[in-house]
Amino acid sequence: MTQPLTTLSGHAIAMPEENIDTDIIFPARFLLITAKAGLGQYAFHDRRFDGSGAPVEGYVLNRAPFRPEDEAAPFIVAGANFGSGSSREQAVWAIAGLGVRCIIATGFGEIFHANCQRNGILPIVLPADVVAGLMEAAEGEQRFALDLEAQRLTVGNQTFAFDIAEERKLSLMNGWDETGLLLHQYADAITAFETSQQATCPWLYAKED
Amino acid sequence: MTAQTLYQKLWNAHVVAELPGGEALLYIDRHIVHEVSSPQAFVSMRESGRKLRRPETHLGVADHAVPTRSPRADGVRHGTIEDAQAAAQIAELETNVRDFAVPYAELDGPEQGIVHVIGPESGFTLPGTTIVCGDSHTTTHGAFGALAFGIGASEQGTVMAAQALRQKPAKTMRIALEGQRHPLVFAKDIALAIIARIGADGAAGHAVEFTGEVIRAMSMAERMTLCNMMIEAGSRVGLVAPDDVTFAYLKGRRLAPKGENWTKAVAYWQTLASDAGAAYDRELVIDVASIAPQVSWGTTPDQTLPIDAPLPDPAALPDGPAKRQAEKALAYMGLAAGQTMAYVPITHAFIGSCTNGRIEDLRAAAGVAYGRKVAAGVKAIVVPGSAATRAAAEAEGLDKIFREAGFEWRLAGCSMCVAMNDDRLAAGERCASTSNRNFEGRQGPGGRTHLMSPAMAATAAICGHIADVRSLGA
Repeated sequence: MTQPLTTLSGHAIAMPEENIDTDIIFPARFLLITAKAGLGQYAFHDRRFDGSGAPVEGYVLNRAPFRPEDEAAPFIVAGANFGSGSSREQAVWAIAGLGVRCIIATGFGEIFHANCQRNGILPIVLPADVVAGLMEAAEGEQRFALDLEAQRLTVGNQTFAFDIAEERKLSLMNGWDETGLLLHQYADAITAFETSQQATCPWLYAKED
Repeated sequence: MTAQTLYQKLWNAHVVAELPGGEALLYIDRHIVHEVSSPQAFVSMRESGRKLRRPETHLGVADHAVPTRSPRADGVRHGTIEDAQAAAQIAELETNVRDFAVPYAELDGPEQGIVHVIGPESGFTLPGTTIVCGDSHTTTHGAFGALAFGIGASEQGTVMAAQALRQKPAKTMRIALEGQRHPLVFAKDIALAIIARIGADGAAGHAVEFTGEVIRAMSMAERMTLCNMMIEAGSRVGLVAPDDVTFAYLKGRRLAPKGENWTKAVAYWQTLASDAGAAYDRELVIDVASIAPQVSWGTTPDQTLPIDAPLPDPAALPDGPAKRQAEKALAYMGLAAGQTMAYVPITHAFIGSCTNGRIEDLRAAAGVAYGRKVAAGVKAIVVPGSAATRAAAEAEGLDKIFREAGFEWRLAGCSMCVAMNDDRLAAGERCASTSNRNFEGRQGPGGRTHLMSPAMAATAAICGHIADVRSLGA
């Protein structure tokens, strides 16, 4: 069960850069931590803090109203291929730890995209010219508003429609646990598949000699 | 029936149910579990009280966080790990595999190694299967004609409990490799050249299938290198249709089918080729004769050039993403516009990883190292991808060649590919690396990574600077 997502409003953190990979979002050395909670402090760590651990002046997450402690910026706006690279779900948990629930980009790493949806974070893909405009709005501290059910993002007096599969939308809006849902709806179908596959591909069920 | 691609055949063979919105519930045959991405999945199993549906379809191993050295003469690592967090993470995996009855390749056992090296070596990886792992380089296993892709920890929890995943079908992309390559141009060079051409997200949303005479002549190791690197072009899936090279590799491996099952399996696997006339969403033809040894110069894998090409000049680029990225990368890497990569001094050379840690890779590097010495001031390490690879290399005497040349000969693990174990770069250090990612900080905060083939990395170690393996001489 994740926190349901229906509407959202606030500032957007502008990251005007392409290929922000999951090593930038969550540096590998912190993967030794096995907890899911409390990872927000490591999000974008090596951009946010210098070698001595002091905040990097001017970096967007160190400026009001975009600092995590301001609790005012639940959106990120980024360039192409956001979340590319490693499959680490910590990248999503860390972003969630910043209080972010919606990421707008021209494209996403596919595994990161899937991980977002599993954690109550909405990834929105929009064309480059639209994202460029949103980037300026974010940097100008304009407020963003999301209505997930209507599939509408509003910034100032402009409204943008976005695509999302109906099932994914319902999952996000209800905070459904996908595993529980699959087990509830498809247990018989999974068993039937296994019975059939065991007949056609018996080697996949053979015990080791 | 319409002609199908290999990807469509693999997909159709695993559909449990069609779902609304064009998605499907896909059956998962195999799951590889490592210490770093699995703890939260096991937590979700415990918290929900769910059972692991088919424990024998999972394979556990510790690879990412493990040190590649042991203070003990016998090389045993268990009980010697100094990093308390790493030791705890490995202990947690051991508890989880025990409690959920998951087969486990012991840390000091003969089958330990990198997930994408030991899956194939043990015969756990088979053609025609769906394979997942909490690791983006799961693309590697596609070299066997398996539908293999990386997933997150939440999806791992779903696979453990349901043996199935909700997935959206990918588009298909064929990359035909044609022509005669230079003998010192390897799969790694071909992969890097493709990524440089199509971009770090150039294959996003597509399952990439390699075809052509070049792929048929490649070893399984080279096919794995190619498929492994496709995630660096944004694709979750790389594929090669299985053939006699595949079957010869698999026959007799511990978990490969035996007896009558072997005969049945091969008969099925032989049907796993794209049909003549099957339509792909995109097609690309690569003439490998035109590919020179490649070196990445920037901080994304597509920022790669032939060894003798000048680096881009951001001032000459139009305003936009490419210009911004080039400026940022040159600054981070400490390089200048217009220079070539040749003669750029290195501090480290790393030979290993799931991309290039197999016996064929070690042979290529040893061929360069033989009778030569690592340059003064360079720390060069060779990290076999698995304990079995290490043993095979030692049986051939490769370890002696490396040691005599001044390379360190390590124990199996992910090592310097990912900065979460003892093998890391310090800020400003520069590494000739056979790994897969040159991201900022990938090998350690402030570290500078140059991706290349094992032969090129060994050449750089010998020369003390990046150099063209073709000009090294006999």
